[in-house]
Amino acid sequence: MRQDDDQRLHGSELFFPHSLTAIARSAYLAHSVFEDELMSITAGDEIVHFDNVGLRYSTDREVLSDLSFTLFPGTFYFLTGASGAGKTSLLRLLYLAQRPSRGVIRMFGKDAITTPRSGLPAMRRRIGVVFQDFRLVPHLSAFDNVALPLRVAGFGEREIAGPVADILDWVGLADRRDARPATLSGGEQQRIAIARAVIGRPDVLVADEPTGNVDPEMAVKLLRLFELLNRQGTTVVVATHDVHLLKKVSNPLIMRLDRGRLSDPTGALRYPPRRVT
Amino acid sequence: MSRASPDKSPGRIGRRRALFARGEAELVPQARLSGPMPWVIAIMVALTAIALAAGLTLGNTVTAATAEIEGGVTVQIVEPRTDLREREVTRALAALKVLPGIQSIRLVPQEELDKLVAPWLGSVDEDPAAAAIPVPALIDVRLRRPTTRSQVAVVEEALLPVAPSARVDAQATWLRPVFDAIVSLQWLAIALVVLLAGALAAAVLLAARSALGTNRDTIEIVHLLGGTDTQIARVFQRSIGWDAAGGGAVGLALAMMVILGLGRRFSGLGAGMVSSGGLVWTDWLLLALVPLLATLLAMLTARLTVMHALRKML
Repeated sequence: MRQDDDQRLHGSELFFPHSLTAIARSAYLAHSVFEDELMSITAGDEIVHFDNVGLRYSTDREVLSDLSFTLFPGTFYFLTGASGAGKTSLLRLLYLAQRPSRGVIRMFGKDAITTPRSGLPAMRRRIGVVFQDFRLVPHLSAFDNVALPLRVAGFGEREIAGPVADILDWVGLADRRDARPATLSGGEQQRIAIARAVIGRPDVLVADEPTGNVDPEMAVKLLRLFELLNRQGTTVVVATHDVHLLKKVSNPLIMRLDRGRLSDPTGALRYPPRRVT
Repeated sequence: MSRASPDKSPGRIGRRRALFARGEAELVPQARLSGPMPWVIAIMVALTAIALAAGLTLGNTVTAATAEIEGGVTVQIVEPRTDLREREVTRALAALKVLPGIQSIRLVPQEELDKLVAPWLGSVDEDPAAAAIPVPALIDVRLRRPTTRSQVAVVEEALLPVAPSARVDAQATWLRPVFDAIVSLQWLAIALVVLLAGALAAAVLLAARSALGTNRDTIEIVHLLGGTDTQIARVFQRSIGWDAAGGGAVGLALAMMVILGLGRRFSGLGAGMVSSGGLVWTDWLLLALVPLLATLLAMLTARLTVMHALRKML
């Protein structure tokens, strides 16, 4: 791990008062339990590819038009745009909650549109999602909400307990493990939602306005957590309309949506960066 | 902490199904006996078990009675004059004894005849007028084989020269309308069982749809986390299975109380045909299977309903 990673992690530690070892251990444990489902991703492999994708709901005009881009492993993107520009619709396509009206979407080397329904769960297990409204299961405890992706994937309680406890520790909520979402503050719910999204060490992390409900200081802390994941190989896409957040990241890659059309202000889509993982 | 070794890492389909059990049960809040579903199932199971018991009892009644009267022929000597009647009886008995295909012959004793007619004519001991009324003599004949028209005709021909006032009736013939009515009731009981099974399936279908609607957000989240249709369906299947098992046990207990209570009442009647239609152990076993079959039906209905609904989601 690089020196600046250490510094960032220690920055996180200021807010989440837990050791760097615990953070790294959580990530590695989570990675290890999913290891047999991971495809080998090498430098240059595309992880997401959109080709001329359009989306319309019922017979209305297209909310997304002519989207063509490629995401590579280990890249970190901000998706920006005004409210109603289509950010959430694009994210829904990315986390396979929606099929496009036209075009081609390839994820993890497979055509996501022609893949039968039975093949989608395996693809979805490789995607972590932080919803704008958190979407925690209300009758489950914080622990059970975070453990849900691992249980869905079929892991036993003994295999789940350690990584979930570690990741709750990571997000500073170890002492709230039995709390129901309704008893948690907005910030705490957000951190549980993030922990749930990353517990399976996804190949792609999609976050919809993940800092929308927290104060600026916490927003930066959460951003640092995403960066940490990104440095461990996860492709991160963060949708936000908070321009101040973009300034917190050096050389951010930006995808800008304007009325359903994508622009490429940083050239990241035309010349995507290729990280060696 | 050491990193888990790959060979120990789970996630294979075979283990996935077994390991998901605990997590699944927690996905949907369980109402158990506080919800309406177990009680609906309890009522359905109770009614089904009672209808089935009625059907089985009627079936046993028909079987027992048929076996009893299948080869039965009643010979009435209707001669009103006592001396002539007795002479005809004697000759008739002698003629029947030599007739082939006869298994047994029994002259119904006068005391038994007096008891049979007492409710209508009064007791011959207490009412001299009743004693003056001529009552036909009855000979109960049992054939070796089930009675046919030709066999009745043979008996009639044999008796005609020796007992001209003899009237020959196959018991099965005059009891046929009764049997037909009982068989109709049996079909009614079967139809009720089928209808109740349909009603149970419909109730479960509505409950599963309602549960799907209530838990739609949770289901969508599980879907987006990579949950399969089968996993989600199994959650509802198990939940409704528990409800059905609990309700089925309560329903069976209720039905047993009713069946045993009615059984005691009917056995108190002392009527031959009714008391011959009791339940045998295989019938009790069948009744015990009702809640089990109801549970399986409920689980299957829940599974098909949920799978059908989930197929509409991406």
